[in-house]
Amino acid sequence: MTAAAGRPLPAPLTIAPRPLGIRLRHGVSDALALTWRDLLVWSRVPMFLVFSVVQPVMFVLLFRYVFGGAIKVSGGYVDYLMPGIIAQSAAFASFGTAISLAREMQRGVIDRFRSMPMARSAVLVGRLIADTLRMILTVLVVMLVGYAVGFRFRNGWAPALGMVVLAVVFGLAVCTVSAAVGLALRDEESVGSFGLIWLFPLTFVSAAFVPIASMPGWLQAFAVNQPVTIVIEEMRSLALGGPLALHAWQSAAWLGGMVAVFVPLAVRAYRRPG
Amino acid sequence: MTISPPAWDGPAIVVDGVHKRFGDVHALRGIDLVVERGTVLGLLGPNGAGKTTVVKVLTTLLPPDAGRALVEGRDVVRSPEAVREVVGLAGQSAAIQDELTGRENLEILGRLYHLGRRQARRRAQELLERFDLGDAADRPAKTYSGGMQRRLDLAASLVAEPPVLFLDEPTTGLDPRSRIGMWAVIRELVAGGTTLLLTTQYLDEADELADEIVVVDHGLVIAAGTAEALKTRVGGDVLELTVKDAGRLAEAASALAGIGDGAPGVDEDTGRIHVPVGGRGSQAVVGAVRALDAAGIETDGLGVRRPSLDDVFLALTGHAAEAEPDGGRGRRRRHRREGPERGAAAARSGDGETP
Repeated sequence: MTAAAGRPLPAPLTIAPRPLGIRLRHGVSDALALTWRDLLVWSRVPMFLVFSVVQPVMFVLLFRYVFGGAIKVSGGYVDYLMPGIIAQSAAFASFGTAISLAREMQRGVIDRFRSMPMARSAVLVGRLIADTLRMILTVLVVMLVGYAVGFRFRNGWAPALGMVVLAVVFGLAVCTVSAAVGLALRDEESVGSFGLIWLFPLTFVSAAFVPIASMPGWLQAFAVNQPVTIVIEEMRSLALGGPLALHAWQSAAWLGGMVAVFVPLAVRAYRRPG
Repeated sequence: MTISPPAWDGPAIVVDGVHKRFGDVHALRGIDLVVERGTVLGLLGPNGAGKTTVVKVLTTLLPPDAGRALVEGRDVVRSPEAVREVVGLAGQSAAIQDELTGRENLEILGRLYHLGRRQARRRAQELLERFDLGDAADRPAKTYSGGMQRRLDLAASLVAEPPVLFLDEPTTGLDPRSRIGMWAVIRELVAGGTTLLLTTQYLDEADELADEIVVVDHGLVIAAGTAEALKTRVGGDVLELTVKDAGRLAEAASALAGIGDGAPGVDEDTGRIHVPVGGRGSQAVVGAVRALDAAGIETDGLGVRRPSLDDVFLALTGHAAEAEPDGGRGRRRRHRREGPERGAAAARSGDGETP
């Protein structure tokens, strides 16, 4: 068809893709530029950070002083509680991931980025780095509050650090799930509700707040085997002392599996034309 | 840093028989376009005509189902990355992060175009001055007026000085003054040699800015030519009036039969009559007032206006532009539930780019 041009359609240029080295360098600098953008935005809206920290602190106080008295565990409830709350705080930090990605999809920000010569991975990676930093802040504040209300690491500083790292890696794995959902749904409000629907049962029907033995039998089967419990048991062993090996490899398998499944899904949702 | 691109001496944009479907909606049904380097093409059409879809294909956001599209000789399907290096896309303020200042927004985009920190800073300053945002440079973008936000968005698309620029409805939703300001900015830009493809729903905007206008409807090019040529086909100005007593519409129409270039059109719903009058507007007004006065018919808001998009469509297709007046959220939400692809397309375009 050449009617439009009124002359033969010229053959397109053949253009070699950029060398891998440059692509990698751009991938890193693009992601960091977007991380920087998120951090700047948060510095302008500090209330967002304050609220994302206050909510888990409120959970600490509620469970320590309101429900805690009624929950019997060996070794004191506050020590039992804190690893669970820290894991939950890390998981809930992923709400922000899903909501901001969905909003950027919805507003056309991401389309704009896709029309630019920047790395395809940058939006996702930049966002995950920023959210990880926010999550670390949350975990540290929650730990400080925990210390104030009587929690202590009982197993030395190296395992304690290991527990924090595990919490953050767990949070990051949950963020990849949220990112995939946020990019796929592309609607801020539905993404917010979806976050509640899957994260509340998963974190509450686990060993986070109450001993699983106190649940009805049919629920125990789920609670014992689901990843949040496995990660929390490992965190507890790291924080308080206890067997590490079994939950360690189970945690690694779950977290690795989540990342392996949901990162490609998130990338696919990002690429899907909108 | 940039690999010097191979020479290309063809047109800046070539679109050849491009089709695009979203589910059962055939958004583009064989679009052909050629935009010569350094010229402005106005893509004119109502909501849902396919304008935004054309822009999305040309900026590599959507792959065409069939046909070919080249930008500066780079095929959007085979070398999308190379296309992205030569295009800028602006329109509805999407690139702007409200909480950040104008300067920060531009600097971050500079980094995303791999300019390097110092160069990004310099480029941001240049653009802020050029787009008259110097005074507001260090205020959060959310404090900007609508016109300023559009200018910042336009500046954002120019960070890498792309030779080909796409503006998707750059003035939709702006007040008349900001619109005229935006036109001035765009004209200046074009004077610098940028090739521009602009989509618009407004004939006067295309008239004002474009060297050539392509009218699209239902995913097809239905007319192409200069603004003058199109207006000749439309027949020039239009006399429009509203009859107070709806019962006397037909009577009024027959009283006006002789004053224009054609038969008066009657809109029963609004009680409005419009008559094509070519270039003889004032003469026609006098004639119309006399004729109606003689017949004793009372009117409201009699006047002559420039031909609108509706008149173009009426003249070209025999039907009015089927734009929904509500191009906003209601439509977007409705579409989103109908299917992911369509919904997403509608959501991004912001004008419900689905018929």
